[in-house]
Amino acid sequence: MRVMVMVKATPESEAGVMPSKEILAEMGRFNEELVKSGVMLAGEGLHPTSKAVRINFSGKERMIVDGPFTETKELIAGFWILQVKSMEEAVEWMKRSPFQESAVELRPIFEIDDFGDAATPEIREQNDRLRQQTEGRG
Amino acid sequence: MTATDTHRAIEAVWRIEQAKLVASLARQVRDVGLAEEFAQEALVAALKRWPETGVPEKPGAWLMATAKRRAIDHFRRNKLIDRKHAELGHEIETEEDPVAGLEAALDDHVGDDLLSLIFTACHPILSAEARAALTLKLLGGLTTGEIARAFLVPEPTVAQRIVRAKKTLAEANIPFEVPRGEEMAERLGSVLAVIYLIFNEGYSATAGDHWTRPQLCDEALRLGRIMAELAPAEPEVHGLVALMEIQASRIGARIDRNGEPILLPDQDRSRWNRLLINRGLAALERAERLGGGRGFYVLQAAIAACHARAASADDTDWTRIAGLYAVLGAEAPSPVIELNRAVAVSMAEGPAAGLEIVDRLVGDKALKTYHFLPSVRGDFLARLGRFDEARGEFEQAAALTQNAREKTLLTERAQSCARGEMPDR
Amino acid sequence: MRFMMLMIPAGYESAAPGTMPDDTEQVDAMMAYNRSLQEAGVLVACDGLHPPSMGARVRFDTGRPVVTDGPFAEAKEVLGGYWVINVASRDEAIEWAKRCPGAVNETIEVRQVMETDDFPQEMQTSLADFEAMQNR
Repeated sequence: MRVMVMVKATPESEAGVMPSKEILAEMGRFNEELVKSGVMLAGEGLHPTSKAVRINFSGKERMIVDGPFTETKELIAGFWILQVKSMEEAVEWMKRSPFQESAVELRPIFEIDDFGDAATPEIREQNDRLRQQTEGRG
Repeated sequence: MTATDTHRAIEAVWRIEQAKLVASLARQVRDVGLAEEFAQEALVAALKRWPETGVPEKPGAWLMATAKRRAIDHFRRNKLIDRKHAELGHEIETEEDPVAGLEAALDDHVGDDLLSLIFTACHPILSAEARAALTLKLLGGLTTGEIARAFLVPEPTVAQRIVRAKKTLAEANIPFEVPRGEEMAERLGSVLAVIYLIFNEGYSATAGDHWTRPQLCDEALRLGRIMAELAPAEPEVHGLVALMEIQASRIGARIDRNGEPILLPDQDRSRWNRLLINRGLAALERAERLGGGRGFYVLQAAIAACHARAASADDTDWTRIAGLYAVLGAEAPSPVIELNRAVAVSMAEGPAAGLEIVDRLVGDKALKTYHFLPSVRGDFLARLGRFDEARGEFEQAAALTQNAREKTLLTERAQSCARGEMPDR
Repeated sequence: MRFMMLMIPAGYESAAPGTMPDDTEQVDAMMAYNRSLQEAGVLVACDGLHPPSMGARVRFDTGRPVVTDGPFAEAKEVLGGYWVINVASRDEAIEWAKRCPGAVNETIEVRQVMETDDFPQEMQTSLADFEAMQNR
């Protein structure tokens, strides 16, 4: 399964304060560990909401609101996408992160199979196909 | 935390620590089978202890210390029997405690141990099935039951395979090390073949429990991504990762609502996973930068990348694909590759050019029972308006295929040709 | 420049576990929108997220990580999904967000992704190494 890990914003991150060299180095080591273990698909930091906009929808109407946004606790400062076997595995990884403050939220990502239009096992049974596929096949 | 929660937390810790644990122990006791036993004993101890105490702050260190104690006890017990074991026990005791967690992971030792473990689990002395099972067990931390379900074989069969494999490795006295020089290339080929076999088992599977099959693709990708960091200078490793990332990007688009396979040209490309495609293209670039452009996996990844880059089936660069198949065929001659080249050439230059290649393959022993040959040839002939010959090819292909649905499809095509109509493709 | 478009659906904070997008018309419109991003060659990644009731939080402010399972009573705005797009300007990112077939209860937040150049000079070398490692 894939899990998205959202890093919660802090007053510092919202103010655009860069983390200390030490913290960044530790974070770098943690990221390397995630990559070396084959679980990291993506990971990014985001600029603070002072540079952001929000778009509210109402039928054809689009209302644009400029940042910064005040609900710091609700905002996101960065994220990872992890490929893991279980939520617990993702939680275990994040427990090992070098964060000293703030919090992360982990959420499972919708997979195609979640949408129920994937094949039933019986139907798949009928589709036993050759290993060596020919060009133009799936 | 309830007992179940703790249990699940322990499983997660195990998944993260297990390969490092076994690898480090194997270096110390010089026997993969024994190393895994001691690691398992540490797991059993954790399952007993942690529900009472909670998960320790450095679970990896706890498991390592426990496993090492089991190892020392084991060698003490065998002291009278065997001097070598006594020395080993002493060595383990005096070795510095490995520091757990991040520091350890960045230690070259750990990288070397893990690589040694992969090369040992994929040793050519073992059968392909045994290599795959052992690799999933030792490096993926999968249970015997999970491996059995994924490969659709009975659990005792897998258990036996693993026991026999460990015994074979011990008896042959296979050294626990990373191969060097000439041997490296050959042994690396064996490792990559095992990873790709695991991937294909999941990717080509359309039978069985639909949860465990994609899991095999995930496991293979994870192993490939780990390999890419352990052996970053090997272009073929990045080529294999690129190939798997790009193929995996299509998993969500390959089967329709009724479970029918959707062929590549007909897939809804917005269902392809862009993140995986981008990762695949980046891995391919990495392989090509390392000068691996003519590698077996790099070339296949380059072909997959041509499809991934095309916004629609009509945008496919068939000329480039045909060229890549030509290089692949020169590097690793195979009638199946030649058949694929024929399809690509027919898309780039028309059916007559494709037919010319296919006609040279007719009568090839390796393709005698391969229904794609007559089915591809029938397609070319139909596109050239030679319906009578095409009908014969489709009938032959229908007789050769083992798959009921495919048989129906091919029979329908033969009937269209009999009516002098272009069959649906 | 890469931008993240964060989809924030009001009400999703209290959605039950297993909640699925069920409005076929809405899902189809969203698929068509994703297709347009893809065909324009700007889509880097996109995903939908299960509701917070199926998630977990890890807090670090007490010196040791503390894990709490969802749902989270205090949550007011939660993520329902995201896109990462690669475009030439902030205005282009906003233009793409405006074209999303969003519902009345939905808000999209457009945020710029940090690139290596955005970090202090002395860190850029190690970051570049790491990006190579990540296959980017």
